Amino acid sequence: MKYVFLFCGSAADQVAFDALTPEQLRDRYAQVGRWFAQHQARLGHGNQLQGPETATTVAFQGGRPIVKDGLFMEGKELVGGYTEVEAVDLDEALAMARSWPGGGTIEIRPVVMQR
Amino acid sequence: MTAALIRRFGAFDLAEDCVQDAMVAALETWPRDGVPARPAAWLTTVATRRALNRLDRDQRYREKLAHLANGPGDERGGDDRLRLILACCHPALSREAQVALTLRAVAGFTIAEIARAFVAPDATIAQRLVRAKRKIAAAGIPFRIPSEVELGDRLTEVLDVLYLIFNEGHLATRAGAPSNRDLAEEVAWLARLVCRLLPNEPEPMGLLALMKLHLARGRSRFDLTGQLVLLADQDRKRWDRSQIDNAIDLIERAAGRARPGRYQLEAAIAACHAETPSIHQTDWVQIIVLYDMLLTLAPTPVVQLNRAIAVWRLDGPYSALRNLDALAVDLEGYHLFHAARGEMLYELGRSEHAHAAQRRALELTENTAERALLERRLFNRSSL
Repeated sequence: MKYVFLFCGSAADQVAFDALTPEQLRDRYAQVGRWFAQHQARLGHGNQLQGPETATTVAFQGGRPIVKDGLFMEGKELVGGYTEVEAVDLDEALAMARSWPGGGTIEIRPVVMQR
Repeated sequence: MTAALIRRFGAFDLAEDCVQDAMVAALETWPRDGVPARPAAWLTTVATRRALNRLDRDQRYREKLAHLANGPGDERGGDDRLRLILACCHPALSREAQVALTLRAVAGFTIAEIARAFVAPDATIAQRLVRAKRKIAAAGIPFRIPSEVELGDRLTEVLDVLYLIFNEGHLATRAGAPSNRDLAEEVAWLARLVCRLLPNEPEPMGLLALMKLHLARGRSRFDLTGQLVLLADQDRKRWDRSQIDNAIDLIERAAGRARPGRYQLEAAIAACHAETPSIHQTDWVQIIVLYDMLLTLAPTPVVQLNRAIAVWRLDGPYSALRNLDALAVDLEGYHLFHAARGEMLYELGRSEHAHAAQRRALELTENTAERALLERRLFNRSSL
């Protein structure tokens, strides 16, 4: 099965992240790097996203595209990155997600497969 | 249908095999296309459950298991059941979905029966099941036994679902009938099944013991006019001794594994009460020690409330009330918090505050039997 992991975080997660010392930050990146290396065989396309202040939305209202600055959902949680994951089943995907060293929240979504 | 029932009633082994068939059918069809399993198989399951209801399940089930243990294919059947239970209680499903799926697929309840037990419209339950099955298929929730590492958490999830259903039967938190003994007994049967499927795990034994202890006292929880009777006022001679002994056996066997857990401790606390001939002889010190152990595993406000009630019995209302004050925010919406607090305040002679607490408890209670008890209390106290 193919899933997408959406790496999400809250404002509080961001504050905690910003408070890391340069050393801690290096450690964190090293851990995250190891996670990606360890699961490489199961990972598809993925990216880290730039901050919410860079987001632009296009909303169709009455069929007309309205362009706006900012996020689609103005919530406490926002998506910071994503990756495709190929796993046998949800339990395998969950085991990968549980071992994620980056903190925050991971939303796991199965992908619609072509029939 | 009746004829089929009677036929199956007489042919226990066959009926038991039919349950297994229904489960295997579910195992095969759900992940593939998410449609409800074959209606015929479900009917058989329901019929079997009814038959099991009327039999002395303990005795017959032991015979059946002894028989199965010698026959071929036993392991696969047992594993299939375990897979099914674990899938129904998968943490990726909502608690409501877990409950409905477990009752439907493992216990063979009809949609109408589940709806009645949870005082919900049939359509709500049907839709809940459809959504849950769809999620199992779409999200890739597997029918497999988790690794050793995961099993602990997954098992806890199963036991929590079973205990929630049991309490719905035993206490019936919703408005309507005060108690649904059948539901409680059905789910005790499921707990027994989990014990047999995972014979090395102590927590299922703890849960089964806890259920047996509740059921052993079940008949004395209501008086002849159908009024709820509290533990302190129950006729302990009416408690089911053999059921209690059975539960204590289970607790001791579980303790032998030296892996204490929430259900083992709760069962041990219930056993303390069950073994005591009158409320005045209760070993409150022992009970408080057990609550302290439980708090290290499950530091929840409800456990703290129960511990405070034991403190009240041991030390009187003054120190107990101080314990309760710390819980006021967390348990504001919990009727038993206000009911216990009210009783303690009465003891201290603070009638006005006590009355307010009891009225708050009454506002928060939906269950008819509990309401009646609280109303009686309010009435008696105000006429003093």
